[in-house]
Amino acid sequence: MPEARVIPLRPADDEPYVPAPTPPGWEAQLAGGLDFLRRRLTGEYETDEFGFDPDLTDHVLLPLLRPLFHKWFRVDSHGLENVPSTGGALVVANHSGTIPIDSLMTTVALHDQHPARRRLRLLGADPVFDMPFVGTMSRKIGTTLACNEDAERLLTAGELVGVFPEGFKGIGKPFRERYTLQRFGRGGFVTAALRTGVPIVPCAIVGAEEIYPMIGNAKTAARVLGLPYFPITPTFPLLGPLGMVPLPSKWLIAFGEPIETASYGPGAAEDPMLVFNLTDQVRETIQHSLYQLLLQRRSVFG
Amino acid sequence: MPPSVVLVTGVSRWLGGALAAELAADPSIERVIGVDTVPPAPAVLRRLGRTEFVRADIRNPLIGKVIAAASVDTVVHMNISSTPAGSGGRGPMKELNVIGTMQLLAACQRAPSVRRFVLKSTSAVYGASSRDPAVFTEAMQARRVPAGGFAKDSLDIEGYVRAFQRRRPEVKVAVLRFTNFIGPRIDSLLTGFFRMPVVPTALGYDARVQLLHEDDALAVLARATTGDFVGTANVGGEGTLLLSQAIRRLGRVEVPLPSPALGSVGRLSRRFGFVDYSPEQMRFLNFGRVVDTTVLRTEFGYTPRYTTEAALTDYARTVPPVVSPRLVESVTARVRDVVERLGDTADAVGERLRPAPPAPGLRAVRDA
Repeated sequence: MPEARVIPLRPADDEPYVPAPTPPGWEAQLAGGLDFLRRRLTGEYETDEFGFDPDLTDHVLLPLLRPLFHKWFRVDSHGLENVPSTGGALVVANHSGTIPIDSLMTTVALHDQHPARRRLRLLGADPVFDMPFVGTMSRKIGTTLACNEDAERLLTAGELVGVFPEGFKGIGKPFRERYTLQRFGRGGFVTAALRTGVPIVPCAIVGAEEIYPMIGNAKTAARVLGLPYFPITPTFPLLGPLGMVPLPSKWLIAFGEPIETASYGPGAAEDPMLVFNLTDQVRETIQHSLYQLLLQRRSVFG
Repeated sequence: MPPSVVLVTGVSRWLGGALAAELAADPSIERVIGVDTVPPAPAVLRRLGRTEFVRADIRNPLIGKVIAAASVDTVVHMNISSTPAGSGGRGPMKELNVIGTMQLLAACQRAPSVRRFVLKSTSAVYGASSRDPAVFTEAMQARRVPAGGFAKDSLDIEGYVRAFQRRRPEVKVAVLRFTNFIGPRIDSLLTGFFRMPVVPTALGYDARVQLLHEDDALAVLARATTGDFVGTANVGGEGTLLLSQAIRRLGRVEVPLPSPALGSVGRLSRRFGFVDYSPEQMRFLNFGRVVDTTVLRTEFGYTPRYTTEAALTDYARTVPPVVSPRLVESVTARVRDVVERLGDTADAVGERLRPAPPAPGLRAVRDA
């Protein structure tokens, strides 16, 4: 009788069968939700000295932003490899869109699409923190005041910091001035980068300009309400709350090559000429990249 | 050189009494003199040991005689009131804080025996506003200078102490800026606040809170009295909590109120001597405050044993929670059980209705 032979069902060089990962079922999701609820009710989560709440950000705020990111604005991000995977870096971007949604979309892009899943710690102007709800939520998602002390503290701790040097001038500019950069602050961001020796990553965001095309500014209303500007768009305040729905423009976010600052030394922050030059260099890079991206984009809503 | 005669003001309060007791237990210190306007409670008095209690008002020039007669070499100034409730209104409070400090400093300036002055100050001198950097170092100043209340008094007091230092440069001055105290025994602003079962907070705001455990506060004060640190140091525990988070951890119920309503609640509660909601306190509840403690850990040479979190946990032992975490846990666990059972049933039904797809098809067998 011939010896029984074991015949493998699958050749040895074949890839082993791996079942496709099943998305977590509704039970697992619900259990996760319950666990989250328990943590929130008992306060058993971590927050940092800036008021950043990673638990809330990961489980509530980012999931809320993702549909906007993928479905509404269909954001394409380029050049994520230019953002370092570890250590401090300063992402400098153009600011637009009447309401600073661009900062949130950049946060989602870096967290979801960067291989190191980097968290962007934003810097906001002080009126943001004066506003109830807005200020608190900004802190919880990782924003802190745009001042050198905070920026340098975050950068020294190896965080990725996002800054929009145009500030309110950028988001509150009329639609006809779209994609033209405003004054880049006083170069405070360059000083922060020089003092901490971190690279500056220029970032150009296309698409945010069209979400609320600001065709007018009701200055009196703004003064009465204590706002930096009061936008009038084709739909707001004409359509009331419906006018607050942003237009679904197509977004492109491009991260440019990092500009290194470590070689200048920390003392270079005291050289205003160098600070001005670097500020201009970053500004020019972003402006140039904006024009390129605009050429790439087939149409505003395409 | 260790001190031989120490004078502690504000000895009738918990922290002052505890410091005097600690110093009295140190045999290298010859005399410990405790000063306050009211005699200490019997419980405090028992612990004071060989501390000599002098009932004197630091607003009165008599304090100078006490210092001169006992040839005091180290003065620890802790008689600074943080709430109007404890001292009978804002007027007397300011008088005690500011005029009292001026009198004490005037007496110290006259007494050649004084070599060391320790001031228990507060991080409230940094104010609280939307323009604040997240973390204050000792070199920073308030972005919006506190307009009144305890913070303003503390700023004034620090100013007078600096002036004193200028006039008596040989006196070693240590200024300690403490964050909010917490602990099972100390009576501070936040302990009273957190003891309420229902805690009113400002709607739409959430403060960052940094706490210091009473044991650490005591240790820092004792070390500042006997050591040789000169200068200003922030004193606070490691880490921070959000106000809402702290309230939840203690099992309290947070009631966010719009700021104007909170103001009237504050006036009401102050009238009943319950909890102080002064305008400056409100600003603190809106924005919070965090200080950098590098100087404390490196130059002063002390690392607090309790982090903010641990200090709160220790305090939580003494306040029975309204919403117990165990209750929350059992409720969520029960809901999860129900959900799992439902899920199992749904799966079973689903499998019966729609059979599972067969395992991946077998491929052609290659002869081995």
